[in-house]
Amino acid sequence: MISKQDVDHVALLARLELTEEEKELYTQHLNKILNAAKALQELDTTNIPPTSHVLPIQNVFREDRVGESIDPEKVLAIAPEREESFFKVPKIV
Amino acid sequence: MELYQLTAHRLHAMLVKKEVSAAEITKAVFQRIDQVEDKVKSYITLTREQAETQAAEVDKKLAAGEAIGPLEGIPLALKDNLCTEGILTTCASKMLENFVPPYTATAVQKLYDANLVLVGKTNMDEFAMGSSTETSNFHLTHNPWDIERVPGGSSGGSASAVAAGQAIVSLGTDTGGSIRQPAAYCGVVGMKPTYGAVSRYGAVPFASSLDQIGPITKDVTDMAYMLNAICGHDPLDSTSANLQHPDFTKYLVNDIKGLKIGVPKEYLAEGIDAQVKNCIKEAITKLTELGAHVEETSLPHTDYAMPTYYLLATAEASSNLARYDGVSYGFRAADAEDVVDMFKRSRSQGFGDEVKLRIMLGTYSLSAGYYDAYYLKALKVRTLIKQDFDQALEKFDLLLGPTSPSTAFKIGELIHDPIQMYLQDICTIPVNLAGLPAISLPCGLVNNLPVGLQLIGKAFDEGTLLRVAYTFEQNTEYHRLRPEL
Repeated sequence: MISKQDVDHVALLARLELTEEEKELYTQHLNKILNAAKALQELDTTNIPPTSHVLPIQNVFREDRVGESIDPEKVLAIAPEREESFFKVPKIV
Repeated sequence: MELYQLTAHRLHAMLVKKEVSAAEITKAVFQRIDQVEDKVKSYITLTREQAETQAAEVDKKLAAGEAIGPLEGIPLALKDNLCTEGILTTCASKMLENFVPPYTATAVQKLYDANLVLVGKTNMDEFAMGSSTETSNFHLTHNPWDIERVPGGSSGGSASAVAAGQAIVSLGTDTGGSIRQPAAYCGVVGMKPTYGAVSRYGAVPFASSLDQIGPITKDVTDMAYMLNAICGHDPLDSTSANLQHPDFTKYLVNDIKGLKIGVPKEYLAEGIDAQVKNCIKEAITKLTELGAHVEETSLPHTDYAMPTYYLLATAEASSNLARYDGVSYGFRAADAEDVVDMFKRSRSQGFGDEVKLRIMLGTYSLSAGYYDAYYLKALKVRTLIKQDFDQALEKFDLLLGPTSPSTAFKIGELIHDPIQMYLQDICTIPVNLAGLPAISLPCGLVNNLPVGLQLIGKAFDEGTLLRVAYTFEQNTEYHRLRPEL
């Protein structure tokens, strides 16, 4: 069973701020879903390797050459707040 | 039939014979939008001016006597999670309601290069999380066959736009069935190509090991042309397969003699609507008459696919959606006290309920103490599900079943029950976990609502799926059915 305290902790990890109503609802829904997920415990997977990717993916390397990239001006243009060529955020320290 | 009801290949033939101009086709589609968009609400953004300019370019080529490609001048709709430089890309979320990307997705660029005409960006479930297009932050989309019902999701806008004649072809994305299920509900053809066959560069990521871009069309011939246009290796996507793809139109042959088709018994088990089952059985009879050998088979871990999918998809989503912090783009909440407060407020106000629920589930299953029991366990069960398919596809050329356990449900019917909603994707989810290609095509009507037939193939064998789908289509009339609006 997942408790409201668990939900609080997970919200902190996920950087979400939940209302009391949301906490109630998510506690209920998460319990329902995790309950359904319990079915997986029936399966013996001792010697089964995990599949995180279906393709035989390897690292993709390329020559370290200067190429074209997106114009910084275009990127800064969609920032919520900028100052000169920086993203502006509230005070950190 | 009106121009907007025709297929791309039919319109291409008319363009070449100068029976119609690209401008006229575009005009017909926008007139149709003006006529039905209030009822259907397929779109978030319309790109009327761009469409007129693009159509005029194609007409210029035709006037100069130049040859045109098979999709030139064809009106296209794009799911609003595909980045389009200079055009709003919202993911149906408040988080991105003002986001105009500085670049274009590779699959979209390929369609621009093939001179399709962009009509607009379609509605979807927020961040592609949903099976009904009811979680969009903007508005609901309605099923053109019955406006009281959902169009399916999450590519509900793309499927309804093609079905209603508001576009001739479209692109969607499919993480657990988000192309095939809405295609089935709206009576059109939808395909999830093999994982890696189409570049995902520029598709807003939900669950990166499952997401795939694919087309929605009115028939299988159009599907082959769309696949030809969008498949292929892309160095900008490190998970893109470095393979040459065949000319998919070569598989448009009316012949399936000797092909071996397996029907997993789990796909016709309890929980699948009886009338849907009947349509699938009739399709099996038809394919047998046409010369295929159809036999029952089994995918024994099917029942475990839903929980496996939800643990893996949400884990990947929680990680992918960590980028929405209000710093460099997207929504930023006002009046934050410090930077962490800004992250929290921006995320809490910018994301909708379903997205937050999934981030919570994903964060939980990845957190210390639960990782082995949930996330790692799900990755191992994924192996078992993939092995089921490997074994079945050793024996058969392809597998067949329904796309969805029922026809389109009523708006509001399942929105408060996540488990019931998630079960709508029970026939499509296992395919994403195994990375295989699958197509949904219309195979009947139940109470005047379309039923989808799903064909599942071997990795990178989209061709065989097209061949079987084409043969079925040439010998039935379901693909000619259009909703009355």
